[in-house]
Amino acid sequence: MEHVELFFKSIFIDNMVFATFLGMCSYLAVSKKVSTAVGLGAAVIFVLAITVPLNWLLDQYILQPGALSWLGAEYADYDLSFLSFIMFIATIATMVQLVEIIVEKFSPSLYNSLGIFLPLIAVNCAILGGSLFMQSREIATLGLATTYGVGSGIGWFLAILAIAAIREKIRYSSVPAPLRGLGITFIITGLMAIGFMSFGGMLTGGDEAEEAKDNTAQTETIQDNSTAKEIANNTKVIN
Amino acid sequence: MGLKEKLHNLKEKYKGKKMAPAFNALHTFLYLPNETTHGGTHIKAADDLKRTMNTVILALVPCLIFGIFNAGYQHFLATGEIEASNGFLGSTFWTFDNLIHGAWKVLPLVIVSYGVGLAVEFLFAVIKGHEVEEGYLVTGMLVPLIVPVDIPLWMLAVAVVFGVVIGKEVFGGTGMNILNPALTIRAFLFFAYPTWMSGDKVWVSEAVERAGTADAISGETLLGAYAQNSTLPNIDQWDMFWGLIPGSVGETSKFLIIIGALFLIFTKIGSWRIMLSTVIGALVMGLIFNGVVDAGWISDTSKFYGLMSVPFWQHLIIGSILFGAVYMATDPVTAAQTNKGKWIYGFLIGFISIMIRVFNPAYPEGVFLAILLMNVFAPTIDHYVIQGNVKKRMKRLKVKTA
Repeated sequence: MEHVELFFKSIFIDNMVFATFLGMCSYLAVSKKVSTAVGLGAAVIFVLAITVPLNWLLDQYILQPGALSWLGAEYADYDLSFLSFIMFIATIATMVQLVEIIVEKFSPSLYNSLGIFLPLIAVNCAILGGSLFMQSREIATLGLATTYGVGSGIGWFLAILAIAAIREKIRYSSVPAPLRGLGITFIITGLMAIGFMSFGGMLTGGDEAEEAKDNTAQTETIQDNSTAKEIANNTKVIN
Repeated sequence: MGLKEKLHNLKEKYKGKKMAPAFNALHTFLYLPNETTHGGTHIKAADDLKRTMNTVILALVPCLIFGIFNAGYQHFLATGEIEASNGFLGSTFWTFDNLIHGAWKVLPLVIVSYGVGLAVEFLFAVIKGHEVEEGYLVTGMLVPLIVPVDIPLWMLAVAVVFGVVIGKEVFGGTGMNILNPALTIRAFLFFAYPTWMSGDKVWVSEAVERAGTADAISGETLLGAYAQNSTLPNIDQWDMFWGLIPGSVGETSKFLIIIGALFLIFTKIGSWRIMLSTVIGALVMGLIFNGVVDAGWISDTSKFYGLMSVPFWQHLIIGSILFGAVYMATDPVTAAQTNKGKWIYGFLIGFISIMIRVFNPAYPEGVFLAILLMNVFAPTIDHYVIQGNVKKRMKRLKVKTA
């Protein structure tokens, strides 16, 4: 149930494009044709599905405050979270390189039509955003992190698919000359975001009993955290 | 020399000048034009756009008249001046007082909607030098029917300008837009002025002014009551069907909407595929929720329980799903264009509408948002239906040649 909820949430409610407006550069640039958009969308799903869980592992076992305690008690007070950006980006760049090699081997035509935007996925904010959201929302398990990555990727995929189809359709519209191209695309994106607002705030109610359970669970985890922090603080004080 | 002749002369005189589209529009609107519509992506039949639009307006007129009476009726009922009407032909519904009060409230909405919208259309036509298109005639009629009766007129005017300019004119006018302009206007109102578009005050006229005074009256819609899980007003199901309930101006009477739907289907203006599949989608989602309740997966402490336990068929007569299905989803410009696509499009509208209605406590009514969402995805659906056809034919071709 948790997985289903997170999956649904990351596709529709926290849609990468329409809720957080991330990954706009490739979204705007590669959405002229549906077939190309599908290719890029699939690449983004793949990269997100791999990098979010990988970065989750990095975050849990290397970067978080106290994450190094598995090496031994003397490492428990290290806080490497200032390295998150560079570590995450390194993972992402590696994965994108891998995707590029795969695409070039198996679909040269898609490789050519994606052009520079395939390697640019490495600096696509939706991808890094996925990992950073994973970190800031404190997703609990590896499985959930994978669900989150796949869900965000599918959300981005749906967005670029829809706008590519719309742009193919409005090719026959007589858009005023100053708005042609990017201008009208921005307006369409805004209007599409209105459509996606139908999901905003969904699932915020819920079963009150279930909610109460969640609350207790949260307080428990918070207590755990606070004890963990106390331990960390103590060690710091000792240091 | 009649007015028609004079207008014709004016038209000849101003031919090629800047104001020509304005005169042409007046001439076309008042009299039979000498030409049929040309250009635009919505053309499917030989009859012209004006007749199409007028047919839809004809189908909407009963809803508008009912809405006027209902506005007065709900007001006097809430103040306690009259007894509840007993059925559709009850003695306290079709009264002169109701008509006067309702007309005083509803007609300004109609006038503002048409006045502002057509002014923007004329302005764009004059600047861009194309003919005024008839597209706004239906939008202008729909807008007053889907807003609460107490909405301030200036808000309506602002929203209409937004909807016509951003929703339609930037795409090149009628037939080129991607979102239904009437729904764009409603969405703009909903997100810009949420306190005037939902809650328990705006649906009965003058309830807002009276709030907090000794004469305070409540005007909650059924969905609002359900969503808050509060004690339900004891309302007869036939009242819901006939439409004697608070709600947006024109969407309460399911009976008149069904008559309008039959009229649209008979004249082949509205697509029966979309209407039918929307209703099916809504029923399926309602059945799923009823199943969840019956299986005992959800207790009555849940916020969703109130709406989930509504019998599935009742979802059709509370709220505005029928109005949306008949007049909004079938908009030929923004709906899916292929037959198979229409089934998918309509089904998803019904499905998502009920889902938003139940799961989203922030929006008691999700029909308009569901239609907007599916407007966004309609081109995608079409694309894949067409690609599927292409593939099927390629296969057939291969089999033949092989």
